[in-house]
Amino acid sequence: MVQLTMAKAINEGLRRAMADDPKVLVMGEDIGKLGGVFRVTDRLQEEFGAQRVIDTPLAESGIVGTAVGLALRGFRPVVEIQFDGFVYPAFDQIVCQVAKLHYRTRGNVRMPLTIRIPWAGGVGAAEHHSESPEAYFVHTSGLRVVAVSNPQDAYVMLRQAIASDDPVVYFEPKRLYHAKGEVELDVDPADAPPMGLARVAREGTDVTVLTYGAQVVTALDAASAAEEEGISLEVIDLRSLSPVDYRTVAASVRKTGRVVVTHEAAREAGVGAELVASVTERCFHYLESPPARVTGHDIPYPPAKLEKHHVPDLDRILDAVDRVLDRPNSLTGVEL
Amino acid sequence: MVHTLNPTADPVTDVDDVARLLTPAGERVADPDLQQWIEDVDTAAIQRLYRDMVLLRRIDAEGVALQRQGQVGLWPPCQGQEATQIGTARALRADDFAFPSYRETGVVYARGGKPSDYVLAWRGEGHSTYDPFELHTATQQIIIGAQSLHAVGYAMGVQRDGGDQVAAAYFGDGATSQGDVNEAMVFASSFGAPVVFVCTNNQWAISEPVTVQARFPIAGRAPGFGIPSMRVDGNDVLACLAAMRWAVDHARQGRGPAFLEAVTYRMGPHTTSDDPSRYRDKDEVDAWRRRDPIDRVEALLRAEGAFDEDFAAQVAADADALAAEVREAAMGAVTRPALSIFDAIYAEPHTGIDEQRAAYAAYLDGFATEREG
Repeated sequence: MVQLTMAKAINEGLRRAMADDPKVLVMGEDIGKLGGVFRVTDRLQEEFGAQRVIDTPLAESGIVGTAVGLALRGFRPVVEIQFDGFVYPAFDQIVCQVAKLHYRTRGNVRMPLTIRIPWAGGVGAAEHHSESPEAYFVHTSGLRVVAVSNPQDAYVMLRQAIASDDPVVYFEPKRLYHAKGEVELDVDPADAPPMGLARVAREGTDVTVLTYGAQVVTALDAASAAEEEGISLEVIDLRSLSPVDYRTVAASVRKTGRVVVTHEAAREAGVGAELVASVTERCFHYLESPPARVTGHDIPYPPAKLEKHHVPDLDRILDAVDRVLDRPNSLTGVEL
Repeated sequence: MVHTLNPTADPVTDVDDVARLLTPAGERVADPDLQQWIEDVDTAAIQRLYRDMVLLRRIDAEGVALQRQGQVGLWPPCQGQEATQIGTARALRADDFAFPSYRETGVVYARGGKPSDYVLAWRGEGHSTYDPFELHTATQQIIIGAQSLHAVGYAMGVQRDGGDQVAAAYFGDGATSQGDVNEAMVFASSFGAPVVFVCTNNQWAISEPVTVQARFPIAGRAPGFGIPSMRVDGNDVLACLAAMRWAVDHARQGRGPAFLEAVTYRMGPHTTSDDPSRYRDKDEVDAWRRRDPIDRVEALLRAEGAFDEDFAAQVAADADALAAEVREAAMGAVTRPALSIFDAIYAEPHTGIDEQRAAYAAYLDGFATEREG
């Protein structure tokens, strides 16, 4: 076990994947000598050379589109999109090509791409640098979508994403890049829990909190605070957003009977909407109260000085916990 | 080799500002720069190119007929573009990789496509048929220009695994306005990737004339990316073959990408759903009919004493036989079972899809029970 930041854990995941398989390539903007704007690819070009750690032209569609061609030639490209808000120029290549080539060719063509996206807000960034676009990709059949919340998962799930013969959109929360955690590097990714499985991050009995990415940390903080009031929260770290591990989710909801979903992305047609609908379909008769969503507002990401009003914090989660427990909360008396 | 461009050339009216080896009347043109690439192309080889083009035109006519009879849902005719497709595709080695667009029926033919490969996707039986790794040809692309990046990426892969293959990116004049095609040229140039860009300038992007895409010959753009380029008569199969051999050789020798603009004409509608009479003059179509790519090769072969009735009859019989196979492939198609819509979305199991498949299977089974009851 070693203490690593998430950024370093991802770096180590890339290094070991490249060392193990000469077909693994890393490509993106500023990832070579600079080591990426977050230093996630630090020293990889020095170790593996410019043919395998490729500084690309500044064109996201070009990066993903050429990665498709490299995959056709038998490579396993790991693409870095510099910031979440820069992925949109690549949207067509991801949705129409990466996601559909396996289906289009009835399985003849595999797309073992990993698309890494430094993701979401809370770091005081400029416009377009704090987006949460995960729902677009979850809605796209043919992609796997994962979001990591701690260095150990970041390391293992990246290795699993690279090893997968399917394309994986891998979201790494920027506000956890420098958070440290214990990481076991000598774990065989094939033996570790598959990236498609959710994880019970904290066991509890009163309310299930479904979340992913950096919000897992906020939800765990909320669970500690709730405990002081005698309320037991079970926090589920979904890890995978496509597919969602509904077996783990439903088992928890059937136990607690109450659900709060929290994510940073906007609410409307977001991942939370799908989670609540699916949980309701599967567990309706176990539910003691209507599920609650605690999400970003349906607004463009606000300026950095105001982002604390957008990204759900501990108190907003606890407010929703009160609501699903039929305790007085901010919406008591409000006609919803 | 870069064909000299007249900087004032209009991309539409100056269609004769092209490199060529055959006039529209089928007379040979002396162009030593081009000719050197087809020194080995003898009369028998020209007969084979002629046969390829006739067979392609016959496949295309059959596609239109099948659409009119309701046997395929849509067909994108390539009539008029036979020389561009056959000439360029015949310059590729079997292990090179072609990235055609939806109208490049002739590229799929030249790469070894089967009769069913031309029609089953248009019939809606599947999004594609052949295995791209068998034909070394990507599935025909529908998103305009997207495949140009795949070709460049493939070529970057060739550079990285030490192969000597070349990737060929096929797209049209309309695609040159797309970001992907321009990004592809940037990536190809920056990395020196062994890729040939083949732009079929057929004058029309559905109803938009090429002047909406370009106010200067398209071939003139590539040098700005640092890519050598040639503007070639796309109705001259010998020029297309020679130019493509130059371009492929350039890429294979490690000198980086090359660009061809094949100036031709889409004689038919964009697809069978289109009505070109709404946007272009019959005179223009007639003028291009006089530049027909097949007629000029027939004239050449006649002049060289290599086009007799036996040869013509044999080619016509081969074309009819192929058309019959195409028709049979369409009409004999067996639609896959309902649950196949859930197949091959992912390479590895996906619980969400597995669950929906099971639910839909149970739903369908309900009807079976009902009928049995």
